Amino acid sequence: MARMRYAEALREALRSEMLRDQSVVLYGEDIGIYGGVFKVTRDLQAEFGDLRVRDTPISEQAMTYMCVGAAMSGLKPVLEIMYADFLPLTLDALINQASVLPYLWPVQVPMVIRTQGGGGSGAGAQHSKSLDALVAHIPGIKVVSPVTPADAKGLLTAAIRDPNPVVFLEHKLLYNSAGEVPDGDHVVEIGKARMVREGSDVTLIANSKMVLEAEKAAEALAGRGISAEVIDLRSLRPLDTETIIASVKKTTRAVVVNEGWRFGGFGAEVAATISEQAFEYLDAPVCRIGTFDTPIPYSQPLETAVLPDAEKIVAGVLAMDGRTG
Amino acid sequence: MGEAASLPAGLRNAPDPELLLDMFGKMVLVRRMEERLGELHKQGRTRGPIHRCDGQEAVGIGGTAPLRATDTVTSTHRGHAHYVGKGLDPHRIVAEIFGRATGYSRGKAGHMLIADVEQGMVGGNAIVGAGIPLALGQALAHQLHGCGEVAVTFFGDGAAQAGICHEAMNMAGLWKLPIVFICEHNEYGLTAHARYQSAVEDLVVRAAGYNMPGVKIDGNDVLQVYDTVSEAVERARAGEGPTFIEAKTYRLVGFSTSDMGGYQPQDEIDAWRPRDPILRTRKLLLDLTGEARVRQAEEEAVAACDSAFEQALSDPLPDAAEADVPEFVETH
Repeated sequence: MARMRYAEALREALRSEMLRDQSVVLYGEDIGIYGGVFKVTRDLQAEFGDLRVRDTPISEQAMTYMCVGAAMSGLKPVLEIMYADFLPLTLDALINQASVLPYLWPVQVPMVIRTQGGGGSGAGAQHSKSLDALVAHIPGIKVVSPVTPADAKGLLTAAIRDPNPVVFLEHKLLYNSAGEVPDGDHVVEIGKARMVREGSDVTLIANSKMVLEAEKAAEALAGRGISAEVIDLRSLRPLDTETIIASVKKTTRAVVVNEGWRFGGFGAEVAATISEQAFEYLDAPVCRIGTFDTPIPYSQPLETAVLPDAEKIVAGVLAMDGRTG
Repeated sequence: MGEAASLPAGLRNAPDPELLLDMFGKMVLVRRMEERLGELHKQGRTRGPIHRCDGQEAVGIGGTAPLRATDTVTSTHRGHAHYVGKGLDPHRIVAEIFGRATGYSRGKAGHMLIADVEQGMVGGNAIVGAGIPLALGQALAHQLHGCGEVAVTFFGDGAAQAGICHEAMNMAGLWKLPIVFICEHNEYGLTAHARYQSAVEDLVVRAAGYNMPGVKIDGNDVLQVYDTVSEAVERARAGEGPTFIEAKTYRLVGFSTSDMGGYQPQDEIDAWRPRDPILRTRKLLLDLTGEARVRQAEEEAVAACDSAFEQALSDPLPDAAEADVPEFVETH
């Protein structure tokens, strides 16, 4: 085990997979000489050359399509889309090609789109979104969102080795977070949630940076005598419904926290799944916490107001019982 | 392919009769296939729209004839000539169009998304322009694998106005990828004439902007198509990068079988009819090989097509249970 930052853990996964498999290639804007705007690909072009680590023009749509074509022809491209806000430019290739062609033809599309999203840094309305639900809606595309450096390495390794297209959602405020990361080959299975903290009164289901907020909320709730269980989904599609349902059956209450917009968001999918599979165990309706249904504002007090955080999670839990803070 | 035929256009003394007969037969087969599809559509026996390429067969047939099975081709929603040219089995093409279990995708893909990975046809596409950047990725894989394979992408003048066409051509020129862009300029994008869609009449002028050679050819001359594509493919194989070929042709029928028509002036259609690539090739072959061989090629093509229909239409439909396959694949 070594202590390393989230960005370094991602880089270690990329590097070791490139050493292990010649067909792993990296494409994206600024990923070469500059090493990526979040420094995830630092020094990789110097080590692997500019054919395997390639700076692309600002052409998200064609480069995503290009990765689909390259994956069909034997490469394993890892594409960096600088901000999740630019994912809409890639959606045609995902919705109409990557997810469709393997169903129709005997082809596989082993590609990874790495991108980062999330608010909290004042990056403004076009550089702060969490579009988890948008990509998780597409059948045939796996969607993962690690929160710890260990999972960043383990899940990215799994994503690169996966024969399916994977959208890998990072969070801009996590790159500098540090944690213990297993040495050598470290693979975290896609589709398995992580039990972060056990509890008996309420289940907090979260992903990406919201797991950290859920943990803070669980601490605060413990101080009020409420025992919260925290589950990190890690993977949005496939979704580990087994872990979610088992926990809700035990605690009888669920709060789903996702940084995307609340309306039509990923929390709605989880809430509906709980209603379908554990309705009779529930002592309260499932609570969804998400970002306000507005663009992400720039100024700090406004941005803080729209984003979910520990305080809002605590308020959500208390409201389930008709209590208030 | 004959030795003479592999020479660049202008250097050849005479076309190779065997090659020309083969391409002629394939064009006749495609024409027959589309005419029968048209008839069966009128009888209400097809599902969804069918896009015919009557009049523009020479681009698809002449453009695929110089390729190896390991070269990859992406096509459009109007791909019958590309499929037949790339060596796909007419029976399995027709079976796919009629949603049969014997079709290339066991009836899951339908008319616009036919592919045969083993023949390098990957494949038709119902999103206009989509084949262009997919071929770019295939070319990238060919470049990295270094085995001399080439990616060829066919697209129409309509698709040439899409943003991804520009993005893909820029990257191909920038990285000197082994790819040949073949624009089948049939004058219409959907129902609107090219003059309402493009700021330039000859799209080939754009090649300069991507630092690649651009060649404008008569797309109804199958030999000219063959020669030009041969040269571009050899260039790509040699690592010299992409070529943009603009093949001028004309779509003699509507956009699709559901098209009500009325936007293609009759005098325009009449002017193009004598330039029909099948008529022109036939004339050339009569001098080269004599009438008996021409008739034989025609009869064989028609018979092959008719037997494909007969077989496909009596083939079973897939079981509904086949629609639900596991969402993810487990192995690579």
